[in-house]
Formats: sequence, structure tokens, C-alpha cells
Amino acid sequence: MTRRLLLFIPLLAFGLLFYLFDAELDTNPGELQMAREGQPIPDFKLESLTREGVLLTNADLPKPPYLLNVWATWCPACVQEHPFLVQLSEQGVPIVGLNYRDERPKALDWLARLNNPYVEILYDSKGKLGLDLGVYGAPETYLIDANGVLVYRHVGAVNADVWENSLKPKLVATGWKP
Amino acid sequence: MRPEFVISRIGRRALIAVALLFSVLCTVVSANADVYDFSSEELRSRFETLTFELRCPKCQNQNIADSNSVIASDLRDEVQRLLEDGYSDEGIFNYMTDRYGEFVLYEPAVNERTAVLWFGPLAAALGGLLGLYFWLRSRSASPVERDGTAKGTLSDESRASRLARLKAEADSLEVTRDR
Repeated sequence: MTRRLLLFIPLLAFGLLFYLFDAELDTNPGELQMAREGQPIPDFKLESLTREGVLLTNADLPKPPYLLNVWATWCPACVQEHPFLVQLSEQGVPIVGLNYRDERPKALDWLARLNNPYVEILYDSKGKLGLDLGVYGAPETYLIDANGVLVYRHVGAVNADVWENSLKPKLVATGWKP
Repeated sequence: MRPEFVISRIGRRALIAVALLFSVLCTVVSANADVYDFSSEELRSRFETLTFELRCPKCQNQNIADSNSVIASDLRDEVQRLLEDGYSDEGIFNYMTDRYGEFVLYEPAVNERTAVLWFGPLAAALGGLLGLYFWLRSRSASPVERDGTAKGTLSDESRASRLARLKAEADSLEVTRDR
């Protein structure tokens, strides 16, 4: 009798694997966990993109909460998401820009054509702050809560869907009033 | 696989071509370390090892030694800077996981969470081998021969008559085949 029961082990193992794989189905396997979650923005000293020569540090960031949007002119998806960001800024959503591994003239030209939704833009031409944040591509959008802590990251373009389902609820949860 | 076997299948020239191709590919891989200036050969060699063991966060099937992406190149630069600044290997791994998480290490850390990953396949293989062993043992311990005669119970006489009977059966089968 016990020998018969032992024959069910492969089936049980299969069932367990099935459950484990099914749990993975809705996750995005290419997306990295945000290592800096729960930490403040790493220390930086970067020029403002728009005000050449003006050095910015953490103290120069706006009063949280806000979104931090990582973008660059070489990034096609950034072009795609930009009009929506402009829309959000017109609704009063505070967005800080991180111009990542880019060239100032190109970036300024890009903004002149597509409009500027940013409260301030950090010019991270060498990607130093990007690396400290754990940026691995553009666009990425970080949510900084009322305490100045990184609480969430969205990898990829921000659209109405992402805003309504992820970013807006989380931003509201930090105390931001729409 | 022994060389003689391979040569007989694909030919000597093909085997030489494959060996040459392989060695060329290997030299491409170490070219990255040559692009950088290191203050010592020890640092260069540590650079080669470390860049093999760090995963490119964007092209995740490659290490940062092989990947052509911008982030891989930035991370290689960073590894070189950290080496020159005197970081230990562990310090460099911590620096990277602080920013990109555990996934950036090609070899995951060994702890409770990753125990299943590290030891699971071995445990499953051992379990399978054990199962196979017990199954084989139970088969040879079976008390009957194929024709129903109990094993080890025959005297020489009944062995002879059993042999005759089996031979007669075999002959009759052959006769049917010839038709």
C-alpha cells in the first residue's frame, strides 16, 4: 500500500511546480527589484540642465512628495510618454526630471519642441546619480514620498493606465492632494 | 567525447576549424580588460573575474564583461574605479547589490531563501537515484521466474526437465515462424 502511495510523489512535485510557476505568470521577469526602496535619494551634486553652471544638491530638490522621471533624447519611449507627463504637470503633479547620459544642447532642444513638464531638471550626463539610484534604462519614474523616501519605481513609459492604477494611488497615499 | 570519435564524425579539418573559432571567441571576451589602465596586473585580473560575475541589469543573460549596453559599460567603468579606490571583491559586490539588488550577482548568495535554488536540483537527483535503487532491488528480490517456477527451488532433475520443456516450446515457436 505504501509503495502505491509513493507513486504519487511525482504528481505532487508536479503540482507544486505548477503552483510556483503560475505565481510567476503575472510578474515581469525582466524588471529588477528596486534596491533603494525605503531610502532617500542618494547624495548628488549635479548641474541644473536649464541653468548652466548652477550646481544642485539634495537640498535643492522641491518639497516632497513628487515624481522623479529619468529621461533622455536617445530614448524613443521617452518621446512617447512625454505628452502625458506634460498633461500631468498641467494638472499640478510635481515632476523632477533626471536627464540621463545625455547632451545638454540636444536635451534643451528636445524640451523646446516637446514642452517642459519639470519643476527642475538634474543634468546627469555621466549617469552617476542614475547608477546610485539603480537606473538601468530609460524611461523610469520614481515616487518620492512626503519624507523624501524612495517608495516606488515604474520601469517603462508612464501612460494613463500606469498613472491611474499605480502612480496616482501611491502618490495620493503619500498625502499629495490632486 | 574522445577526439577520434569526433574526427570520424565531422572530419579533421572541421574539428580544427571549431577549435580555432573557439579560441578566437575566447580572446574577444578578455579584450575589455585591455581597454582600461590598471595600476597593477592583480587589479586587471580581479577586474576580469568581477565583470564575469556581475550580471548586466539590462541584458540579463549577459555579464557586464560581455554586454554592449550603456549600463554594462558604465558598470565596468565603476568596477575599475572601485578597484583603484581599494575596494575588496566583497565591497564591490555589496556596492552593486546596494544599487541593483541581489539579481545583479551571477551567483546568488547562499542563504535560507536561496537554499532551494542551490540544493534543490541535487536533492531531487539524489531522491531519484534512491528511488531507482529501491525499485531495482525490489525487482531482483522477486520470488518467481518468468514462467511461474519459484526461484532457487529446482533440484537438478527438475531443472533438466524444465530445460527440456522450454526447449520444446522454443522449437515449436521456430516451426511456426518458418511457415
